[in-house]
Amino acid sequence: MATAVDARPSSAAPASKPRDGFRVFVALVATLVPLVLVVIVLTLVQQAWPAITHFGVGFLWASDWNPVTDTFGALPGIFGTIATSFLALALALPVGVAVAVVLAEPGHTNIRGVIGTGIELLAAIPSVVYGIWALYVLAPWTYEHIGVPVNTRLPTVGLFSDPAERGLFTAGLVLAVMVLPTLTAISRDVIRAVPRGLKENSVALGATWWETTWKVILPSARAGIFGATILALGRALGETIAVTMVIGNAYVIPHSVFQPAYTLSAIIANEFTEATGTLYPAALVLLGLVLILVTLVVNIVALLLVRSTSREARLTA
Amino acid sequence: MSRNLRRRYASWTSLVVMYVLTVLALVPLGLVLWFTVAKGLPSVIHPQFFFNSELPPCEPKCPAVSNAGVGHAIVGTGIIVGIASLIAIPIGVLGGIFLAEYRIARWSNWVRLASDVLVGTPSIAIGLFAYAFLVVPFHHFSAYSGSVALAVLMLPIVARTTEGAVSLIPNGLRESGLALGLPRWRVSLQLILPAAAPGVITGALLAVARAAGETAPLLFTAFGAHILEWDPGMPMQALPLTVYKYALLPYKSLQAQAWGAALVLIVMVLAINLVSRYVLRRQIALAGQL
Repeated sequence: MATAVDARPSSAAPASKPRDGFRVFVALVATLVPLVLVVIVLTLVQQAWPAITHFGVGFLWASDWNPVTDTFGALPGIFGTIATSFLALALALPVGVAVAVVLAEPGHTNIRGVIGTGIELLAAIPSVVYGIWALYVLAPWTYEHIGVPVNTRLPTVGLFSDPAERGLFTAGLVLAVMVLPTLTAISRDVIRAVPRGLKENSVALGATWWETTWKVILPSARAGIFGATILALGRALGETIAVTMVIGNAYVIPHSVFQPAYTLSAIIANEFTEATGTLYPAALVLLGLVLILVTLVVNIVALLLVRSTSREARLTA
Repeated sequence: MSRNLRRRYASWTSLVVMYVLTVLALVPLGLVLWFTVAKGLPSVIHPQFFFNSELPPCEPKCPAVSNAGVGHAIVGTGIIVGIASLIAIPIGVLGGIFLAEYRIARWSNWVRLASDVLVGTPSIAIGLFAYAFLVVPFHHFSAYSGSVALAVLMLPIVARTTEGAVSLIPNGLRESGLALGLPRWRVSLQLILPAAAPGVITGALLAVARAAGETAPLLFTAFGAHILEWDPGMPMQALPLTVYKYALLPYKSLQAQAWGAALVLIVMVLAINLVSRYVLRRQIALAGQL
């Protein structure tokens, strides 16, 4: 497919190939994409520089956040970001893989098309709409039907104590809905890429549908599903607005999943426009820098994983 | 024998569980749509909702028919996203042509990786970047800076969908163009690009839909305004900002506006998505016939 692209008219056979000016031009334009990425990171480093030099690495595990005394630490934010994201993945992963398995099955293409479109539309809904819905509908509901009942049944488990409307759990639940499309779309493609022969052999040996799915298909799609999960993790870590609206905005490490907390992106969203002085805004940008560097690493790892598995599948197919 | 029966039952049960989980996954979509329509409709049915600009909260004595509106936010979203499109679409399309037409170039792999990474970059960080780049030097918030932030978000989406659309065009078309002695740039821009146009346009539309719904990059760039503003050099309101800010305020009248704005936003975004999905499917079918 790609070979013909570079086929040049060779009848004239010029001594030196004419320079392809168009290629240079579009390559330069395309270079803007990696360039923007680098410039974003460098700009954030430059903006955060006062905080970097002032706090050093200790910023990452200090847990005070007090603009009045200019003491800033990222730990509660980092904790909240990681906790909500992992909660979201724990909730979304089983559902996402189940949907992917259902969508990757052959037959009934119309129904599967509708389901697939529905899941993809979940990704199209703006984050702020999830936010307002979570704030007025989901948060009261989870408080009444999950937080309070769980707490009354398990009053001694500290992890489920003191339910509040806004907190880690509600934020994790919204995030789970928001990362589901990412998880499903990639897992479905990876499962579809599993060679048909494997499945046919398994069925021919007398395995049931479940045994084939659980012991043959999912294990061979494992690396790709793992990649999809990490990609979804990247999305969850960076999500801002919906989480900001339901996390509860408490700069602490909560003792219960139903308690208010804070995430890196939510702190920035809430405080950046009001931040004055030099150290305060710089500390907020530093939170953003931590966030972007973590998501960069997570995304690159995930993309390489997904790519390598789809290449493998192509080779074995 | 009973063991085989158990295996079959286990298989059936797990199949049912998987289908139940699939239905469960669609429940949030239904709930979000239902509540947005139910709570947003009372605001949206008055035509002045689309034309008037916001009034301060009217509590405790509200008129029977509210004449508050989000006209300024609709205009703002149009201007901000419009300028972002003018920046992102030409660059993205040319970048996508590079990715598709020179896919064996080693550099294209790096660009592809960078654009996939950029898609996953937290939008709030892009907002911080635009703030540092365009708000700090001019000392005030502006719609331009919001447009640049959104353009950064749109760029990788446009580039990747353009690449996909251009890759679908069969090589025969390229070869016949080259055989006629056309230079590469004319083959790519005048032959391949028009053939791939529906796919490219849908990609651009999807990027517009994504950008129109983004809040985080606008918080410290376009910032928001309480009046109708046409000058992109000034702070400007946008629909997502209306939803975000008013939803968090304790006034019922402003919350109603937030729901109304959410409804406008969701209808717009879903309409663009469904239409472009349909066009894209036709493009793939057509390219198969070429």
